[in-house]
Amino acid sequence: MSFVTFENVSLAYAPGGANAIEDVSLNIREGEFVAVVGPSGCGKSTLMKLVSGLKPPSNGYVFVDGREVGGPLKIVGMAFQAANLLPWRSTLDNVMLPLEIVEPFRSNLKKEKARYTADAEALLARVGLAGYGDKFPWELSGGMQQRASICRALIHQPRLLMLDEPFGALDAFTREELWCMLRDLWQEKPFTVILVTHDLREAVFLADTVYVMSKRPGRILVRKEIDLPRPRPLDVTYTDTFAAYVHELREHIGRIRES
Amino acid sequence: MAVKQSTVVKVAPWALTVALFLVWEAVCTGLKIPDYLMPAPSAIWVAGLEYAGPIMMHALQTLWTTLAGFAIAVVVGMLLGLAVGASPLVYQACYPLLVGFNSIPKVAFVPVLVVWFGIGTIPAILTAFLISFFPVVVNVATGLATLEPELEDVLRSLGARRWQILYKVGIPRSLPFFFASLKVAITLAFVGSVISETVASNLGIGYLMMSASSSMNMPLVFAGLIVIGVMGVVMYELFALAEKRLTGWAHRNPNAPG
Repeated sequence: MSFVTFENVSLAYAPGGANAIEDVSLNIREGEFVAVVGPSGCGKSTLMKLVSGLKPPSNGYVFVDGREVGGPLKIVGMAFQAANLLPWRSTLDNVMLPLEIVEPFRSNLKKEKARYTADAEALLARVGLAGYGDKFPWELSGGMQQRASICRALIHQPRLLMLDEPFGALDAFTREELWCMLRDLWQEKPFTVILVTHDLREAVFLADTVYVMSKRPGRILVRKEIDLPRPRPLDVTYTDTFAAYVHELREHIGRIRES
Repeated sequence: MAVKQSTVVKVAPWALTVALFLVWEAVCTGLKIPDYLMPAPSAIWVAGLEYAGPIMMHALQTLWTTLAGFAIAVVVGMLLGLAVGASPLVYQACYPLLVGFNSIPKVAFVPVLVVWFGIGTIPAILTAFLISFFPVVVNVATGLATLEPELEDVLRSLGARRWQILYKVGIPRSLPFFFASLKVAITLAFVGSVISETVASNLGIGYLMMSASSSMNMPLVFAGLIVIGVMGVVMYELFALAEKRLTGWAHRNPNAPG
């Protein structure tokens, strides 16, 4: 039973205009870690808007958890390339923002404040931000802000986590650190992840399944299952099998760019 | 040099003001400029002391009409700014009208107000309001309209309603814009009330200056100007202080209160 289903989905932002994505069909299991890669402007972000219900498809159907998506879903957490933390809130208050909106947390917030705060602090500690809850976002480094942003996406225990190039703006070492952080969070308590990225190593290291999209209008060209054993240590990125996966994907992307 | 940088910065505005007055005094006495053309600061000071009672009375009138007009401007400006910033439709509908209205010199509008409300306090309050609400509207609207789309997506994907996005993010985010506009608006409000007083009132600093200049009492006119200037600076500083207190986060000073 698949958790996210696309049936021949197309989306044009302007009615009658060019399609941003075209005829996309895919199935994602609950708890599956999916990465979507492709050349820039291929509609990867459009895919996320469709899954989360922020945009309705022009054609086709999007199902999440067995129901057709008809508006913003509430079981989704999102993080973007920019951390987008609110500068007037402390890091802890930023992480707890979804609890002020999503039910049943919203109604229980007053009663359960202490427990929620403890949960948020525990989550911050999990990503290596113990003791930084009182700091304001601008007092944190870029990598730390991104960790906090991912905490904010996870605090309400969403069944679906959507990441739009979340590590794109970070330096290589910080990026690898955050890969491991995300891997551990997911390994501990698997949730469904859709990761949009243009970093092939990132996609192969983290994902169960990698989808390659074509140039605009975006179509799914390749579906590749990554059969590396879990848990994956960072060293796996230096193995031949890993390199072969990356190489194969790279060839697909190269062919798209030439066409 | 043992003088600290911070002390220099603190003293600088006072030093410049004093220096300006000294140069002014020197030019007036040195070139023997008569008082009825350009009074020296000392003559203004004397006039200020001589007419302290009436100046005080008129200054209070101007202050309260200004503050009343400013208060209305803040409330109206904020509500209009929220509406304009939160809804593209209201924005499209209102903007040309607002800009057009703001282009009208308010002094041209005072006679209309006088026909409607008679001379005195009400036209002064209304002129202060009319001249100062525009920057509040524009700034609040800008603060709301420049909300990052990703941030809105984050909240919408959590199922947040429009008013929740406005309340949780839009309003706090536009507060620095709002306070910046208050500093501009309060000084404009003084301009408005004094304009109205010079044209149509028998109360307030504007009126005092008009009647002093018609009797060629230039030191008193200048005393009036300086009183307005001082009131403007004091109010500006009050709002600057409030801004620092309430939106310290926007200034990115690690030591500022949150």
